[in-house]
Amino acid sequence: MAVAETGAPARGAPDSKASLLSRLVGAQTPFQTKRAVWGYIYAAPWILGLIIFWGGPILASFYFGFTEYAVIGSPKFTGLSNYVRAFSGDELFWPSLGRTFTFAGLYIPFAVGGALVLAVLLNQKLMGTTLFRTLFFVPHLIPAVALAVVWTFLLAPRVGPVNEFLRAIGISEPPGWLASRDSALASVTMINVWAAMGGNTMLIFLAGLQGVPQELYDAASIDGGGAWAKFRHVTLPMLTPTIFFNVVLAVIGALKVFTTAWVATQGGPSYATWFFALHIYFQAFQYFRLGYGSALAWVLAAVLLFFTWVQVRYSRRWVHYEGG
Amino acid sequence: MAQTTLSNKPLLQQAPVFPRRAMQILGRGVTYLIILALCVLFGYPLFWTLMSSLKTIPEMFSFPPILIPAAPQWSNYWTVLNIDYPVGRWFMNSVLIVILTSFGTLITSSLVAYSFARFEYRGRDILFMITLSTMMLPAQVTLIPQFVLFYRLGWVNTHLPLWVPHWFGGGAFAIFLMRQFFLTLPLDLDEAALIDGAGYFRIFWSILMPLCKPVLATLAIITIIASWSDFLGPLIYLNTPEKFTVSVGLQFFNAVPEVGGEPMQHLLMAACVMSMVPIILMFFFGQRFFVQGIVMSGIKG
Repeated sequence: MAVAETGAPARGAPDSKASLLSRLVGAQTPFQTKRAVWGYIYAAPWILGLIIFWGGPILASFYFGFTEYAVIGSPKFTGLSNYVRAFSGDELFWPSLGRTFTFAGLYIPFAVGGALVLAVLLNQKLMGTTLFRTLFFVPHLIPAVALAVVWTFLLAPRVGPVNEFLRAIGISEPPGWLASRDSALASVTMINVWAAMGGNTMLIFLAGLQGVPQELYDAASIDGGGAWAKFRHVTLPMLTPTIFFNVVLAVIGALKVFTTAWVATQGGPSYATWFFALHIYFQAFQYFRLGYGSALAWVLAAVLLFFTWVQVRYSRRWVHYEGG
Repeated sequence: MAQTTLSNKPLLQQAPVFPRRAMQILGRGVTYLIILALCVLFGYPLFWTLMSSLKTIPEMFSFPPILIPAAPQWSNYWTVLNIDYPVGRWFMNSVLIVILTSFGTLITSSLVAYSFARFEYRGRDILFMITLSTMMLPAQVTLIPQFVLFYRLGWVNTHLPLWVPHWFGGGAFAIFLMRQFFLTLPLDLDEAALIDGAGYFRIFWSILMPLCKPVLATLAIITIIASWSDFLGPLIYLNTPEKFTVSVGLQFFNAVPEVGGEPMQHLLMAACVMSMVPIILMFFFGQRFFVQGIVMSGIKG
């Protein structure tokens, strides 16, 4: 019967005449074989894409990391010298890595924590929630370049509206924000937090909040729990998987910070916002040291994988899975 | 007084309830105040940008600063399209790239997802795992060899490197999102069509795709936002102002806001607003789909 054949193929005796093709695609009947071949055909664009834009480049990049290469000409094998140079001969390497960590350390708690606060506020079922949600989300939609341009103007030390406001409330010496070495890193962080807080992170929290069963809140009420107790002992534990997911995404995003710093400060003033991704960009696409740039990219990949591994490894200690 | 003596009972019931109710109202009031403050925090910078785009240059740099221009210069939006920088071209280039990218992503990722969700073949699950793992790798790793590849192909300073790769499956996220959606559609649909003699492509195109409209809308919105704001790609591949997209163009304009010795900061603000408006409008009308998509990828991911 056709239905049995198409839906859940009856596990009969293996086709003794199974062709080589059938065995190759992991099928038993001619019908399954044909189906499997179609499966490959539909997946073909991505299989090609994986080879051309992922597999090939990953291997090439790994190799470039051990070479000196400037687009024109061919890569010259130099062994570990790129990595040696990165760790001990490049005076911008460690500071740019450190700056990226500082950024991540500031950005992640504020962006994720802020998003959680916004989501909890919106989850109070007040009037106009959809409108507020849309407004909170808008900064996230601004193209990163426009975001950086606009904030450069807003934070202009002399004529910018932010400092005008600060002077109006009695702060006579407001910070120089992006223009000053001491505050540039904090300013870039602030811009990114502003844009990210009401974005996808908040939406994911909102969905997570809607998944917290009402019975738990009711039970907490009966036990005399106030708003804070409910948040601390019901909402937070139930949200830990969502928090975990958002933190993992935030770490990935933070370590790749590029556009806002590049547009607002070009890594300055005096390297104050020269993040690791900027360092890679400058080495590879301004100085055309493709070999060295590739080595740096692998360092970034290693750092990212390490942090993700650590997070997954230690998530069991604090992430609470229902029924798990 | 009379009331208390007359009806003791209701009062007894009310007494513990009243402070609680007052607390609730107070709590609501405080929540609204916080939300209002947040609206200012998120809305004011946007309002300021809009106002600045309607100023004259002296108003832009007046000290003390002014917020609302005396006479809104709506003509700024026309003027910015006619300065020495090809601002109009940047918008056209971006629109073109966004369209090509979105079509490529939508068409090819849904085909690949159809394969992952509906066909059984050797290596399928490994392939899917590899697909997901590409999301973990920072783009910088593949960026340099891809640049070499496109350089060898002679595609530098063309728009090809920006949209062609999206025709090869559209990336892991798109495939994942589409696959998750295909898995929610009942298999009976496919089977019934198969019995009726439909081919696999026909099943995909005439039966499953029409049911995918919501998720396709989601994916379209996510792709359009990402493609419109993309900066690193155009920055690396495009060198001449005629080829720029909005993002690189704005960056270029921002770096040199004096055109022919004349300050153009008010026009820069107008260009910024123009870069935001299409995306914000699209989100406004499509947010139902967008929110669903984020939730779907976030919860099931």
